[in-house]
Amino acid sequence: MCADYVLQTKNLVKEFKGFTAVDDVNLNVERGSIHALIGPNGAGKTTVFNLLTKFLIPTSGQILFNGNDITSMKSAEIARKGVVRSFQISAVFPHLTVLENVRVALQRKEGNSFHFWKSDKVLNRLNDRAIELLDSVGLASHADSLTVDQPYGRKRALEIATTLALDPELMLLDEPTQGMGHEDVESVSDLIKKVSKDRTILMVEHNLHVVSKLADKISVLQRGSILTEGDYETVSSDSRVKEAYLGVSEEETA
Amino acid sequence: MLNISKSTLILVVLGLIAPYVLYPVFVMKILCFGLFAMAFNLLLGYVGLLSFGHAAFLGTGGYVTGYLVMETGLSPELGILFGTIAAGLLGAVFGKLAVKREGIYFAMVTLALAQLAFFFFLQAPFTGGEDGMQGIPRGTLFGFIDLNDSLNMYYTVLAVFLFGFWLIKRTIHSPFGQVLKAIRENEPRALSLGYNVNDYKWVAFIISASLAGLAGSTKTLVFQLASLTDAHWHMSGEVVLMTLLGGMGTLFGPLVGAASVVTIQNYLSGGELGNYIHIIMGVIFVVCVLAFRSGIVGEFQKFMKKNFN
Repeated sequence: MCADYVLQTKNLVKEFKGFTAVDDVNLNVERGSIHALIGPNGAGKTTVFNLLTKFLIPTSGQILFNGNDITSMKSAEIARKGVVRSFQISAVFPHLTVLENVRVALQRKEGNSFHFWKSDKVLNRLNDRAIELLDSVGLASHADSLTVDQPYGRKRALEIATTLALDPELMLLDEPTQGMGHEDVESVSDLIKKVSKDRTILMVEHNLHVVSKLADKISVLQRGSILTEGDYETVSSDSRVKEAYLGVSEEETA
Repeated sequence: MLNISKSTLILVVLGLIAPYVLYPVFVMKILCFGLFAMAFNLLLGYVGLLSFGHAAFLGTGGYVTGYLVMETGLSPELGILFGTIAAGLLGAVFGKLAVKREGIYFAMVTLALAQLAFFFFLQAPFTGGEDGMQGIPRGTLFGFIDLNDSLNMYYTVLAVFLFGFWLIKRTIHSPFGQVLKAIRENEPRALSLGYNVNDYKWVAFIISASLAGLAGSTKTLVFQLASLTDAHWHMSGEVVLMTLLGGMGTLFGPLVGAASVVTIQNYLSGGELGNYIHIIMGVIFVVCVLAFRSGIVGEFQKFMKKNFN
């Protein structure tokens, strides 16, 4: 067995009342790579994500993180192990300030999160680190603003900064550029490239331009199973991928 | 360093002079219900959990304190302490079960459990059933403060209230409170950051139940009475009204809401509108929900922010 895989799934299956959303998926995510999961709507990408982060429980199959079976662990537990996800809709804490969003992630390792008798001033010692993280995504100047008032692009950047605060070994990004304007897409994909240093990223992404720019390896999902895998050139020239996306087969176009 | 904000200082000063201006028992009633509503608001306003069973904790505090003080001759301070602990323990059990569910199911679980508590109090031999416990002695605090003196009683209640107020304020502005707010704002995200959100909800539930019990215990000494009214689901509904009317998720909202509701009830029950009290409260509730959803304090804060910022 190759030790270079951070995350592996073995024969992962998820059924919803007779409908198989994820069918026998074997993913191998290499350490230090950016791995993209693409596929048409309803292919089961987000379901795979939810299985990996325990928001759903697999019907059968195994999930391995660094070779250890994490199939039966809970969401919060795997987050503490270093697998941290983002969400399709921007997952921020709207009525906390930008700084507090990041700080609440940093706070967990402090071990004082149940201390209701202490002043939250004890958290101020985390501020420097929080500002540093915000700076890395270009948000330091907005630290004291309320998150709900921020534009969408900034919320996504904030979400990445919050995820980075946990220093995860594996980052799972669910459609990081969804619903964004052109400039935001560029800046967020640059950001992902930047933060991919020293860590592994598995992302679901619709924007093929972003995928072509970022991904080292691509797995194409269709109707719950993996259609093909490889780098962008291999995948994009595969006729089955075109068919899955455009709904036309070679024979019809020929 | 003791850091007291301006609003807290005003609260303390008002609390100190109130019995010379208003009828002390009336103010004590407001303080007890204010504490009860603040405890409830800790869950609703800061964790986003709507408990519909908080009467159980108010009632438990009242009955346990009443029983201990009247039947075993325990001192009032220990009576209040054990009443609070009993409510906290009940909260630990109820909370453990309830936090497994979300939204309306959470509310229904708390309601169902509180109904169990209600029927226990109705049937149990020591509670006096429909009659309740009457003539509970106020006793002597710490052996030398005679609580039968109404000013002594008043300042004891004020001290209890300010302690509860301080604890809630501290909890909200603590590392724990930060996590609670994160859970309120986005629970899946809090989970994905590695927080076992149910454990945090549970601890918040226990704190809330204990303080509701503290309010019930204190109220029992004030009125020398523990009755089914406090444990009835009407009371669970009333505390929702108080909190929404005053402004949920604000520190002072529940107190203002409790004061308004108690004042309206006292005013109406004496007059000829007494029979319509439920209709009037219902109308107030509807108007509050439709027209000023942030409650009195919430709307006031918005107004101040808009005009003086």
